[in-house]
Amino acid sequence: MDTFRDKLIPVTSILAGVIVLWYVFAVILNTPFQRDLDRRANETSTFSELIGKTLSQPKPTLPAPHQVAVNFFENTFLRPINSNRSLVYNAWVTLSSTLLGFAFGTALGIVIAVGIVHVATLDRSLMPWIIASQTIPILAVAPMIIVVLAAIGITGLIPKAMISTYLSFFPVTVGMVKGLRSPEIMHLDLMHTYNASRTQTFWKLRVPASVPFLFTSMKVAVAASLVGAIVGELPTGAVAGIGAKLLAGAYYSQSIDIWSALVAGSIVAALLVMVVGIAGRLVDRAMGGRPA
Amino acid sequence: MTGPSPAVVSASKLGLTFQTNDGPVQALSNVDLTIGKGEFVSFIGPSGCGKTTLLRVIADLEKPTSGTISVNGMTPEQAREKRAYGYVFQAAALFPWRTIERNVGLPLEIMGLSRAEQAERIKRTLDLVNLSGFENKYPWQLSGGMQQRASIARALAFDADLLLMDEPFGALDEIVRDHLNEQLLQLWGRTNKTICFVTHSIPEAVYLSTRIVVMSPRPGRVSDIIESTLPKERPLDIRETPEFLAIAARVRDGLRAGHSYDD
Repeated sequence: MDTFRDKLIPVTSILAGVIVLWYVFAVILNTPFQRDLDRRANETSTFSELIGKTLSQPKPTLPAPHQVAVNFFENTFLRPINSNRSLVYNAWVTLSSTLLGFAFGTALGIVIAVGIVHVATLDRSLMPWIIASQTIPILAVAPMIIVVLAAIGITGLIPKAMISTYLSFFPVTVGMVKGLRSPEIMHLDLMHTYNASRTQTFWKLRVPASVPFLFTSMKVAVAASLVGAIVGELPTGAVAGIGAKLLAGAYYSQSIDIWSALVAGSIVAALLVMVVGIAGRLVDRAMGGRPA
Repeated sequence: MTGPSPAVVSASKLGLTFQTNDGPVQALSNVDLTIGKGEFVSFIGPSGCGKTTLLRVIADLEKPTSGTISVNGMTPEQAREKRAYGYVFQAAALFPWRTIERNVGLPLEIMGLSRAEQAERIKRTLDLVNLSGFENKYPWQLSGGMQQRASIARALAFDADLLLMDEPFGALDEIVRDHLNEQLLQLWGRTNKTICFVTHSIPEAVYLSTRIVVMSPRPGRVSDIIESTLPKERPLDIRETPEFLAIAARVRDGLRAGHSYDD
């Protein structure tokens, strides 16, 4: 209970601060346009009227928190889940390619890490390329992946998932290389005195020792996967998904829609990171971890 | 030595030079040593005298650069491949994700013993180190002394005749250390194993050993070998007897001699 309070108070006070600032900036940023509207309609607003109007524009520069909240609530709870205006539906579309890409990315990351740890040549030849791969802006790569895959007849979920994979294998590779190399010299010596084979040392020592590293890197990877899935929806002209909502909102200047899609995206991200965190803790407990 | 007991470890003109960035370091030089079956031999000396290195050479964790060494009549590598020895490190080095039972079973798993055989040996060795009842605990749930006992059980589990121990009780407090020394002697008496024991405590070396190898640094070498005249049965208070103190004094002199031209 104490930990709950310890976490709740700081988090809510930061949140309150952010909301206050958000309102201030909503007023400041929406005022010029509101003045413009008033002038054309030959109206003069008092200060408080002006504030009220800046916080209720249909297409504001910066929507007020309550506008986003109402839009989010309507599109999440009041729409049928199979409607393409429903945020639940759109989040699910993005989530499915996130999860597929994350699964690919984690598997690929582990395979590469195992290769790097066991084959000296790979260690020297592969790592620079892997690092280089992450310096290329994903926005530049994403359309190419989509176009190339579409040319060989692969469309839909797979290309988006590939972009997630591209972003998520990297933290897993880096984390697992570190994890597989984390056993102490003493433990490695011990296995040597037992005349253990490389395979035995791998499964009985390196793999269990790397598990905490795996979950830490998977937390980063799952968030990167979500970003990849959203970015992947932009160049495809996808009809559904959080990325598609963002793009449609931008086309039609529906700033409130954009913001509520962003909120949906961050909630999905937070949930994903949380699920990976809980899974990590369960595995740690099952492996005899000392309760914190 | 009493009787023609076959040599378990036999080294002659053994040397090991490490190549470091500051040039070569002679960790061992001209070591001649024969250890017979059933002996309890302690290696004592200041840090840098090569006592741990010598133990690691016996265990095939380091390769000598000159001279010869045999373990059970084989090269250390062949002996290691035959699992001729159990090694106990300075720290317990238990795997934190394995219970005590499964830690002790680790070498047995690697050797590919059947489940039933594993269970039987785990039970027997845990009994031997008085850890029955702690099978399903994780290492962090045990005290430092119990962890080290578990690691001794692990070294005993596959029934090697040679036990190599590298300052196994160095990190423990004196009361626990006394207790474990007593238990180790009992265990040695019951199992008739050959034990090589690295330490830098004079009382510990004298209390435990049938023979004490005094080593000195730069280059690491054997400066004296002292046969113990103490009986095999050794209660803790034997450490107050004149005989014990005489041996301890000889060890101390040997250590001092090794140091003399140092400062």
